[in-house]
Amino acid sequence: MSAGREAAKKIGPRDWSGHPPYLYLPYRSTEFRAPSKPLVPLARAISELTAPVFGESSVGALDNDLTRNAVKNGAALGERITVSGRILEESGRPVRGALVEIWQANAAGRYVHVNDRHDAPLDPNFHGAGRCLTGANGEYRFTTIRPGAYPWKNHANAWRPAHIHFSLFGNAFAARLVTQMYFPGDPLHDLDPVLHCVRSAAARQRLVARFSMEKTQPERALGFEFDIVLRGPQATPLES
Amino acid sequence: MPQQTPSQTVGPFFAIALTPEDYGFQPIAGCELTAGDTPGERMRIEGRVLDGRGEPVADALLDLWQADCAGRYPRVPGGGGRAFTGFGRCATDAAGKFRFLTVKPGRVEASQAPHAVLAVFARGLPGHLFTRIYFSDEPGNATDPVLSGVDAARRETLIAQRRDTPDGAVYRFDIRLQGGAETVFFDA
Ligand SMILES: [Fe+3]
Repeated sequence: MSAGREAAKKIGPRDWSGHPPYLYLPYRSTEFRAPSKPLVPLARAISELTAPVFGESSVGALDNDLTRNAVKNGAALGERITVSGRILEESGRPVRGALVEIWQANAAGRYVHVNDRHDAPLDPNFHGAGRCLTGANGEYRFTTIRPGAYPWKNHANAWRPAHIHFSLFGNAFAARLVTQMYFPGDPLHDLDPVLHCVRSAAARQRLVARFSMEKTQPERALGFEFDIVLRGPQATPLES
Repeated sequence: MPQQTPSQTVGPFFAIALTPEDYGFQPIAGCELTAGDTPGERMRIEGRVLDGRGEPVADALLDLWQADCAGRYPRVPGGGGRAFTGFGRCATDAAGKFRFLTVKPGRVEASQAPHAVLAVFARGLPGHLFTRIYFSDEPGNATDPVLSGVDAARRETLIAQRRDTPDGAVYRFDIRLQGGAETVFFDA
């Protein structure tokens, strides 16, 4: 698609009924980081309607298998799972060839990061990062270890529910999204200020994966499904 | 019609996936956008990310997206190649500092002054912030439609200040998330 065509493409507005506000005091770090002035409306043009592209050279053969991509001397510890789904635009059109990046804690709830001081073991065979490109129907798939919950210092006895961080690119830079996927049935959901930044219960539900017997691999891994919807041209395209 | 997936904070622990150089892994993009033969004027964009108290934000992640020196957005796949992809990524250090090594973008449309776009992610930001970087030595800033649409008193927050050094042009661009001199963020 030429740059000109790209610029003529419409993209819907950010859905503020579902996206979190910047200031949500129960999540304490927002207090001094949330902008105090309203966002300035921008007539989106070519700069926001184009986006970087990624190719096969962006991903390695094992990048989507976190149970194998950091193996040093044994198997990654924990409950093996697959996380798969589709990346779609609001119109329902799949986002093809898009880069999906994930990161997460290990089974014990510990990240590979110098600032993670949680007193839980690191796993020498698991670093908790993966990436892949979506296929022709917007599909992606990761094999990983079910992450553990972990404590954080937001308030007394604060625990993050188990989650996997996702970073997504759509067809426009304005469609960029970073989010988190949660697991169904976790009692920590209702206690988590990060999840509750999303004020609408229906929107929070869109962050919870579905368990899928169909995606579960016998003798191998439980299957979870998580579809992601990015901003894009809306269902009725308007030509400018 | 499917509804947008809500945004969530990038959190403090993204490095292993998004800026993994320190762990010995190949990033999909880093703070250096240029290769040896990338045409255009080399420049460095540097600054700090500061919170509402003026404290450095030591765990922010910046995504930079820009045109090449001819004003074209590259359609070149990233991922460790040597071509200019127009996409860069940088995490802030303990002092909240970041820097990009790149080339000065050309005008993407005749009416617009040269600029880059920036997405700011951090712990404590449930959604990312979206802004633009303009360049202080560009006369086209005076007539740029986006800059002109911003309250004159706040326009300076979008303009990186040029300084010429023996190493080439350095543009200073601080990002203030909150407060009096707060950077203009767009609802893009
Ligand atoms: Fe996390």
